[in-house]
Amino acid sequence: MLLAIDTSAGTSVAVVEGDLVLAERSTEDTMRHAEVIGEMIAAVLDEAGVDPSRLDEVVAGMGPGPFTGLRVGIAAARAFALGIGRPLTPAVSHDAVALDEWSAGTRGPLLVVTDARRRELYWSSYDLGSDAVSRTDGPGLCRPDELPYPDVERIDATQVSAGALGRAALIRRAAGLPVEYTEPLYLRSPDVTVPGARKRVTR
Amino acid sequence: MTREPVVLGIETSCDETGIGIVRGRTLLANVISSSMDEHARYGGVVPEVAARAHLEAINPALEAAFAEAGIGFAELDAIAVTSGPGLSGALMVGVGAAKALAVATGKPLYAVNHLVGHVGADVLDAEPLEYPTVALLVSGGHTSLLVVRDLVGDVELLGETIDDAAGEAFDKVARILGLPYPGGPQIDRAAVGGDPTAIRFPRGLMLPKDLERHRYDFSFSGLKTAVARWVEKAQDAGEEVPVADVAASFREAVVDVLLTKAFRACADLGIPRLLLGGGVVANARVREAAAERAAAQGVQLRIPPLALCTDNGAMIAALGAQLVAAGHRPSGLGFGADSTLPVTEIQVDELAAPA
Ligand SMILES: [Zn+2]
Repeated sequence: MLLAIDTSAGTSVAVVEGDLVLAERSTEDTMRHAEVIGEMIAAVLDEAGVDPSRLDEVVAGMGPGPFTGLRVGIAAARAFALGIGRPLTPAVSHDAVALDEWSAGTRGPLLVVTDARRRELYWSSYDLGSDAVSRTDGPGLCRPDELPYPDVERIDATQVSAGALGRAALIRRAAGLPVEYTEPLYLRSPDVTVPGARKRVTR
Repeated sequence: MTREPVVLGIETSCDETGIGIVRGRTLLANVISSSMDEHARYGGVVPEVAARAHLEAINPALEAAFAEAGIGFAELDAIAVTSGPGLSGALMVGVGAAKALAVATGKPLYAVNHLVGHVGADVLDAEPLEYPTVALLVSGGHTSLLVVRDLVGDVELLGETIDDAAGEAFDKVARILGLPYPGGPQIDRAAVGGDPTAIRFPRGLMLPKDLERHRYDFSFSGLKTAVARWVEKAQDAGEEVPVADVAASFREAVVDVLLTKAFRACADLGIPRLLLGGGVVANARVREAAAERAAAQGVQLRIPPLALCTDNGAMIAALGAQLVAAGHRPSGLGFGADSTLPVTEIQVDELAAPA
């Protein structure tokens, strides 16, 4: 049994056992990750009737996602894992969107797109096969007019389901695939410039 | 609670990831991971760089603090975290981690004020605070003068900077003098052998007309500009800039304003107690001049050890422990990071007592 947390878009938290999502809470609000994260974790544990000590691991959505919100979920997931003395499993947030589409019956190539703010988009491309979902490219960051795979069916996600994220992490492990990204996928450097020569105050 | 509460403190308001553990007024661990070096090339704290560093540092710092204290999560009575004031993206890392840790371990959570935490640092391994006391908190992020009548119940803001924090002024003047970041220790080093009376730099908000509205407020922006003008004038005239004299005179102007206002508050309010906190207190001249004035004015001066003056988690844990001991209820889980949290809000979102 695991706790999954994703704040790459809104905030989503779930308790997952095998392929079953025992409880899930989500909000698309992208401004209140720090406010809602604690209550949402407490709520899903309560709804699933699960004491934290019964969890085997914590799955964290590593993005891609805009900086500030993404960090709240990763910090929470890492701290929760430390608090219960269980391992943290990082997962790619877009994988959850692709798995949800696959579960809904979509097959064939798919491009998952999320908002990266500053007029840019995050993208990942997938192949939804008859019995498996595989990421074929990405995650990447680009301007809207530079999106790759223009002929592929595209889904613009405003929410990443933590339940699907937890399931995707378990499916990935069962298929023998390694964990890919242990650090947050900002895909962008901090927006700073090294100061040039100091400006004079006198003319 | 008959025994002293064991409290974990999490502080991420600026560029130090601070994790502390206390038992009542006894310090058990104080682990600080600073991203200062990463900011050096930018000449000041870059919020996004600081926030990224907090996320990388927080779990290792937590583990190091528990190892240092020699206890586990099970022994904790509570967790305390800085809710504000500070850089919001940086604060959010600590808030997210603290909430998750509280739910994971079932421990009550106290969301507290960073500035009041600086005062709380002074109860560690020291005599209890005598009330009321005036507190001067000076760092790269804040310059505040408070009167503390009760650490967990009554803190009032007397004044604060209306522009730059004092620590920022040190950084900017260091840059004017071609010295690296952070400026405080650089100015201190450069001032050795300099004459603090060589140049009479302006003292912000000290004129009679300013004192009416800004008796306890500070301003360091004009001072910084005055130093820049003075240096440029010397350079334009082809003279060699007397760096030691400029550094010593600038530092003297900052120290003079800080201490004049702080000791004036003590005199005005009839409070013979002054507490210093914040990173700028690491400055040797600040401590030396404060000791002189305290002796002359008959004021009892308290300065926490330097490791507890700069931002740290132990001060947050210490304030949390005082709140627990005073019977305060924990905070709810719905609070956020509040970059402008007023000093009067010592604890945020305290739960109502059950009916
Ligand atoms: Zn501070």
